[in-house]
Amino acid sequence: MKASAGGYARAESVGHALDLLAGSDGQGRVLAGGQSLIAAMNMRLSVGDLLVDISKISELSGVIVSGGTLRIGALTRHAQVGASQVVRTHAPLLTDAVSHIAHAAIRNRGTMGGALAHADPAAEFPACALALGATMHSEGPEGARAIPAEDFFEEVFTTALKEDEILTSMTLPVAEEGEVQILEEVARRSGDYALVGLCLVKRASGHRVSLFSVGPKPILATVAMAALDAGDLEAAVDAVSSEIDPPSDTQASAAYRRHLAGVLLRRAVARLKGDTA
Amino acid sequence: MTIPFSNPDRPNSYIGKTVPRPNAAKLVQGRGRYVDDIVLPRMLHVAFSRSPVAHAKIGEIDLDEAKAVKGVLRVFTGKDLTEVCTPWVAVLAHLKGLKSPPEHALAVDRACWVGEPVVAVVATTRAAAEEAASVVMVDYEDLPVVTETMTALDKDTPVIHPELGDNLAFRRLHEEGDVDAAFESAHKVVSASFRTARHTGVTLEPRSILVDWNPAEGQMTAYHATQAPHMMQTVLAKHLDIPESRVRVICGDVGGSYGIKVHVYPDEVATAAIAKVMGRPVKFIADRLESYTTDIHARDHEIEARIAVDADGKILAMDVDDWTGIGPYSVYPRTSAIEGNQVVNLCGGPYDFANYRAQTTVVFQNKTPTCQYRAVGHPIAVAITEGLVDMAAAAIGMDPVEIRRRNMYADDAYPVTSPAKMKFEGLSHHASMDKLIEMMDYDSLRADQAEARKQGKYRGIGIASFIELTNPSPFMYGIGGARISAQDGCTVRMDPDGSVVALSGVTEQGQGTEAMLSQVVAEGVGVKPSNVRVITGDTQVTPYGGGTWASRGAGIGGEAALQAARALRDSILEVAAAMLQAEASKLDIRDGQVVDADTGEERMPLEELGRIVYFRGDTLPKDLPRELVQTRHFITMEYPFAFTNGVQASYLEVDTDTGVVTLLKHWCVEDCGRVINPQLVDEQIRGGIVQGLGGALYEEIHYDEDGQLLNGSMADYLVPMAAEMPDMQVAHVETPTKESELGAKGAGEAGTAGAPAAVMNAINDALRPLGAQVTEMPFTPERILRALGKIDD
Repeated sequence: MKASAGGYARAESVGHALDLLAGSDGQGRVLAGGQSLIAAMNMRLSVGDLLVDISKISELSGVIVSGGTLRIGALTRHAQVGASQVVRTHAPLLTDAVSHIAHAAIRNRGTMGGALAHADPAAEFPACALALGATMHSEGPEGARAIPAEDFFEEVFTTALKEDEILTSMTLPVAEEGEVQILEEVARRSGDYALVGLCLVKRASGHRVSLFSVGPKPILATVAMAALDAGDLEAAVDAVSSEIDPPSDTQASAAYRRHLAGVLLRRAVARLKGDTA
Repeated sequence: MTIPFSNPDRPNSYIGKTVPRPNAAKLVQGRGRYVDDIVLPRMLHVAFSRSPVAHAKIGEIDLDEAKAVKGVLRVFTGKDLTEVCTPWVAVLAHLKGLKSPPEHALAVDRACWVGEPVVAVVATTRAAAEEAASVVMVDYEDLPVVTETMTALDKDTPVIHPELGDNLAFRRLHEEGDVDAAFESAHKVVSASFRTARHTGVTLEPRSILVDWNPAEGQMTAYHATQAPHMMQTVLAKHLDIPESRVRVICGDVGGSYGIKVHVYPDEVATAAIAKVMGRPVKFIADRLESYTTDIHARDHEIEARIAVDADGKILAMDVDDWTGIGPYSVYPRTSAIEGNQVVNLCGGPYDFANYRAQTTVVFQNKTPTCQYRAVGHPIAVAITEGLVDMAAAAIGMDPVEIRRRNMYADDAYPVTSPAKMKFEGLSHHASMDKLIEMMDYDSLRADQAEARKQGKYRGIGIASFIELTNPSPFMYGIGGARISAQDGCTVRMDPDGSVVALSGVTEQGQGTEAMLSQVVAEGVGVKPSNVRVITGDTQVTPYGGGTWASRGAGIGGEAALQAARALRDSILEVAAAMLQAEASKLDIRDGQVVDADTGEERMPLEELGRIVYFRGDTLPKDLPRELVQTRHFITMEYPFAFTNGVQASYLEVDTDTGVVTLLKHWCVEDCGRVINPQLVDEQIRGGIVQGLGGALYEEIHYDEDGQLLNGSMADYLVPMAAEMPDMQVAHVETPTKESELGAKGAGEAGTAGAPAAVMNAINDALRPLGAQVTEMPFTPERILRALGKIDD
């Protein structure tokens, strides 16, 4: 199929992009890596978009650490996140996640901010953001906002971003001494969206567990987290299965996904013990 | 003079060796020429408005908005095209009782599956045509939808085509021996239900056609991605009322076919009809969604089957009840009864047993039509047969290799006729099995499996013997009345520079046909393969032939090429003998030189002979023939089909917590007769195995109960990809067919035929200690966990 775009403009700066969005009468769409948007347009699932291309705004790209906070620019490509030694040191969960995201060609173009703002419930980065307690940073006509990951993901393909706002970066606390970050997922083929995925982060303050591909948005499994903190794996496995409301589709039923969530939690915990032993 | 194939050091010994593919550099450099690369002056594009519902009466059609889209020139409905294009009925006389209603290029009055073309929009760009197609307004009045195969014939199921009386397209019962008595007295009877999922071919290049009607010449030229140019010539001529001689089908580079591109598609015929009406070239390139909804589907079978064995594991009887749903129409002109028919023909294939009953029931339903796809019916028949044999072995506590050895036809038993009445000229089941067992080191693998099990890992070994139908005679289609040629021809000529051009009726789909032809001709004439240029895929240029399907390219097209090349060699030597005042029988051609046959001494380069013949023919004797163009045709006469055989093995591991299967290794030993190009044959086997693994683990078209296709994209319909594929080891046993000098049988479908059964048996071998078994393909993680009873709904 042939895409039917309503228009295209390349933004020179974040301010310029915001102006373009403001002038688009609600038809504006931010184009970054284009790995989801262009595919949707090519299937005519999205028609008439006024594309605001932010891909040349260099200030939106890059990884910096300062004062115990890791900041990753929204335009940083998946491949750059995956190759970054800084990310590997301070947020190894993201490094792991990249190896599960699609295929090399997609990782070379797709951006972390795009994945977060697109909010596909089966994507890895949103769940990582939840597990790591990250904060999303946006710019808009009203100024900058900082939105905790737990408030950011709202529904399928829906976030707390307003139509006239742009996601600019994600910040997260750098991994503390002894912190362990684990990602487990099962997909039909390597690079496919996960049937179910799970992130487990263990910090001095306790466990954090997030899941993806288990409902309309990634979730933080707080009951399971409390059970793990209490040292009760069986309770955590039971909890994780009941905390999610997974869909049934052509790849797997909800019942299979519930089962899998428990399996992945057990595997993550086993790895945790292996790592700390 | 025959070719001493057993001597690898013979002159010009290209047959049997890996030679480079002449078209490889072109294709990898992006210099191929596919239909979509062709741009003609005044060319237009067509896009189709397709039925969004599975079954509906077509009411009012409002085209106003579509016609107003910028760039749109014309819009056609089904009724418009009936004036220039006649409908077709896909039945064949030898498939007794097969029925199907007339099918039109665009649906008239009624749409019968989601994706059926209803309105055609012609515009200056594909984008404009799509834009307009999306605003075509059709009033669809829903009709009852039939989606289930097994209930299609029930009294309370609506009849899709009331004029046909019921939803039964075809039924065939074959019975040999006393099946009931054999089952009653058997030591052990094992029954199982099998299911193979509906899937499709997913060619890299989608279906493509560009049709140019030149009214001044009264000639239609169709640039078409097809496997069978001459068949398409007949079809377009017949239904568009053009003399056959005035239809030219040109088939350049094709990006994979797998059987998908050997059928007649309504949207492609509509494109040709529109080109004729408008007098302008019209192009149609299917997009991926159109491919999923309109490329033929296949393999949608549900089977109940049982096997009876005695205490020694001898097979006493097999009984197979096969059902398949084919969509609303039998597909033209090969029909959609062939796949079920093949299941009846092929079950039990490797085994010497007496009592056999098989029935196939082919029903209509409101889904995309199904038809022949790589290894037609084979993966189904092999899964049934090999699944049952493994289950029987387990039931009597016998090793799966041993039970096969006790039942396979002895290698010296041929010729022999199977209980399905298939005639086998010469097969090598035992030699192939021996080679496989040695290659995979079966005993070590069993030891590894046992060791892994101690560590809680569930690994399994699966074996699947098979037969493959290749080199079809007119018994496949011709006797049923279809103008589909089983013979094929090749013209070989020598040009003045001593180079050779070969024109063949078989076609190149990306599988290497042209490489095969180049080396056969090179050896036959006595030149280097690089000095042979091959031309295929042009009905006005090449000899008449069937094209590429049913693994016939090498066996039929290769033999025609060899005979034509040998004839050209004789013609050249006749001239050379006159020029050199020698006896032709004492001369030979080697590496483009006429040589003394005994000593190998060079006497004259072919270019010198070419110079004389073409420019100084006056110096040759007046009555000397100098026909440096020779044509030969070949058809098999003694056997309806050249059966091949082989055996595959799969080693895999099942994660019993997630249900995920990891393929560890795959082996195949097969016997396609003479191996012309080892690398190409191995690639065919590997590619075929990958497609078989796709069917076993990934590929499944999903419909909902309303007949809506649920997974029409590459993200949702999973094809096998490199990361999941195991290392594959391939070996050959060669039992040449005596029907031809070349001795080649087909190799294109063997991999696909056996791989799914090997994987199924390996999974069940892994799961057997846990008391679980799977027989419904694809073996998804969920199906495996359900078999293990690990999922609570």
